[in-house]
Amino acid sequence: MAKGDPAGTARGRRATPRSARSGGKSPGTGDLVQLLTPEGDRIDKVTWSDGTEYRVDFTDEEYRGLYRDLVLVRKLDAEATALQRQGELGIWASLLGQEAAQVGSGRALRPQDMAFPTYREHGVLYCRGIDPIMPLGLFRGVDLGGWDPNEFKFNMYTIVIGAQTLHATGYAMGVNMDGKTGTDDGEAVIAYFGDGASAQGDVNEAFIWSAVFNAPIVFFCQNNQYAISEPLERQTRIPLYQRAAGFGFPGVRVDGNDVLATYAVTRAALDNARHGQGPTLIEAYTYRMGAHTTTDDPTRYRIASEVEAWQAKDPIARVRAFLTKQGIADDTFLAEVEEQAKQEALRLRERVLEMPDPEPLTLFDHVFPNGSPEVDAQREFTARYLDSFEGSVH
Amino acid sequence: MATETLTLGKAINRGLRRALEHDPKVVIMGEDVGKLGGVFRITDGLQKDFGENRVIDTPLAESGIIGTAVGLSIRGYRPICEIQFDGFVYPAYDQIVSQVAKMHYRSQGKVRVPMVIRIPFGGGIGAVEHHSESPEAYFAHTAGLKVVACSSPQDAYTMIQQAVASDDPVIFLEPKRRYHEKGQVDLDAPLGDAYPLHSARVVRPGRDATLLAYGPMVRTAMEAATAAEEDGRDLEVIDLRTLSPLDLGPVYESVKRTGRCVVVHEAPGNLGLGAEIAARITEECFYSLEAPVLRVTGFDTPYPAARLEEDYLPNLDRVLDGVDRTFGW
Repeated sequence: MAKGDPAGTARGRRATPRSARSGGKSPGTGDLVQLLTPEGDRIDKVTWSDGTEYRVDFTDEEYRGLYRDLVLVRKLDAEATALQRQGELGIWASLLGQEAAQVGSGRALRPQDMAFPTYREHGVLYCRGIDPIMPLGLFRGVDLGGWDPNEFKFNMYTIVIGAQTLHATGYAMGVNMDGKTGTDDGEAVIAYFGDGASAQGDVNEAFIWSAVFNAPIVFFCQNNQYAISEPLERQTRIPLYQRAAGFGFPGVRVDGNDVLATYAVTRAALDNARHGQGPTLIEAYTYRMGAHTTTDDPTRYRIASEVEAWQAKDPIARVRAFLTKQGIADDTFLAEVEEQAKQEALRLRERVLEMPDPEPLTLFDHVFPNGSPEVDAQREFTARYLDSFEGSVH
Repeated sequence: MATETLTLGKAINRGLRRALEHDPKVVIMGEDVGKLGGVFRITDGLQKDFGENRVIDTPLAESGIIGTAVGLSIRGYRPICEIQFDGFVYPAYDQIVSQVAKMHYRSQGKVRVPMVIRIPFGGGIGAVEHHSESPEAYFAHTAGLKVVACSSPQDAYTMIQQAVASDDPVIFLEPKRRYHEKGQVDLDAPLGDAYPLHSARVVRPGRDATLLAYGPMVRTAMEAATAAEEDGRDLEVIDLRTLSPLDLGPVYESVKRTGRCVVVHEAPGNLGLGAEIAARITEECFYSLEAPVLRVTGFDTPYPAARLEEDYLPNLDRVLDGVDRTFGW
């Protein structure tokens, strides 16, 4: 195992890290957990400023598995973007650049853990075993989210920014009330949100509630540097992970483009939570390589050189370099993964094109568990109206 | 049969107690609901008997109360949230209309939010601003929420239990100025035999005109009906009870007999419940109407200073004036 330059270890921290002033184009080396450098060199372990030591101990098979996840997640995402460009999806929120943050944290979840996503967590969704077609149904507009949150332990996407952090906190309070913490098989909850959401009242309320109720929750902030067009400094004047201290729980910043470090930090925080040690804020420092959504034009608010700088920190290239340098993967394996990704993307495309539009009258379904005479009356009225058209099949 | 004389507030308290006893997944959460028993003492004694995990004093953050209750619902709990005063519900408005109301629909029935949001509402208590409002139309306008208002101790006792037992999210409006009014309450009647939650009720039969009210205005309407007897007018009073969905079957039946209808509520008239009710009565009872449906409501001003609230709120005289106008048409 290569032991690269310990770039993630503390070398003395600046009082005000550059990220707070410059929009966070690069955090200092002393305030970031990193276990795999952009060049693909392994760092054996990193000790965070609170003394926590982070490391991973994967088998070669597990390393290859993470690589496969990253490639598949990126390929499926690219296919979704293409489908949108071809008019098959109404809109798409690409995760490009954030694969490691999502796969690292998603794979760190244990089966009993519950996740509360935003609308961009396609990689976490994939790790939870949900059919990747599901979010495409949402963005195509055939439904509002089709999976069962309790079956997959992955809540529906939440589009109102930050609202899900309170849901996650309440769920975690319920875990406590059920007595499901304090052991190795205890339950933990993870709430995903972004740098923009960190300004929302709901997120700050979630921090307060989870702290005072010692809720078993990990707040996983993917700081991708932009809230649509607004850079990080429009949301904060301190590094986001440092906010946790004010709420009374630990905060840690991880290289969100490093799948190994993200895994290590998330797994440790989740295990702390399940053992009754309360919340942790993780700031996964990453970059949204694409647009906010397919309706966005990032060339209006950021420069090409910034994107190029982050390109050099690509989350997948570094894993591939590592696997190759260490002889964990050969060209045959890499080609096989590419082919699998290609085939899965093709299958995804075919299934999206086959997605039927929902029947008009289904718009009246599921307004209430117990139904409503008013909704029923509108359904009946609409059915008669539709029937009044010649040749109607409704 | 255990029948007791209880205040409306105490009747809710007893109903909450029974709901907590009945289902271990029922939890109460809100500001000051624990040791203090709520600022109106509606949860008095419940934390002492059911513990801090069942009756939860929360941080002072309304969005947090509702948002965490959504998460507890996903976890399988049945939260009863207390919003301390009507005017303090707005910080939670996003969670209520965007999350609570839509979860079941978005998930195609896979997620239920069997939450009750209790809100003391309405004026007449001489309070400072934000303590006397009637926000029901905001919620009744939102698909996915059910909205009810109780007006008597018996209904308060029964309806709160029915709301908790319902898998639908229910906004439960409590007429705060009536908290101390007393009535007979049958404490042992099985919930299954009770008058349905989402049904209006004729509380005073009459022949000449129909008065519609809910919550605190039911008593005002009853007093108006009594006073109208002196003028030789026999008014029918209907307690709407359910504001979303509306149960207008008994209203149509009544208006078709009387031909005249006055809707009374404290909330401002513009786009209030009365407007919707008038529209529907017009659609259903057009050929029976002797006069347009009239509204006696709060005005389209912010809720005024306490020394002006008697001028703002519908009272006996304003209701009778409305009745006079419908007869004068």
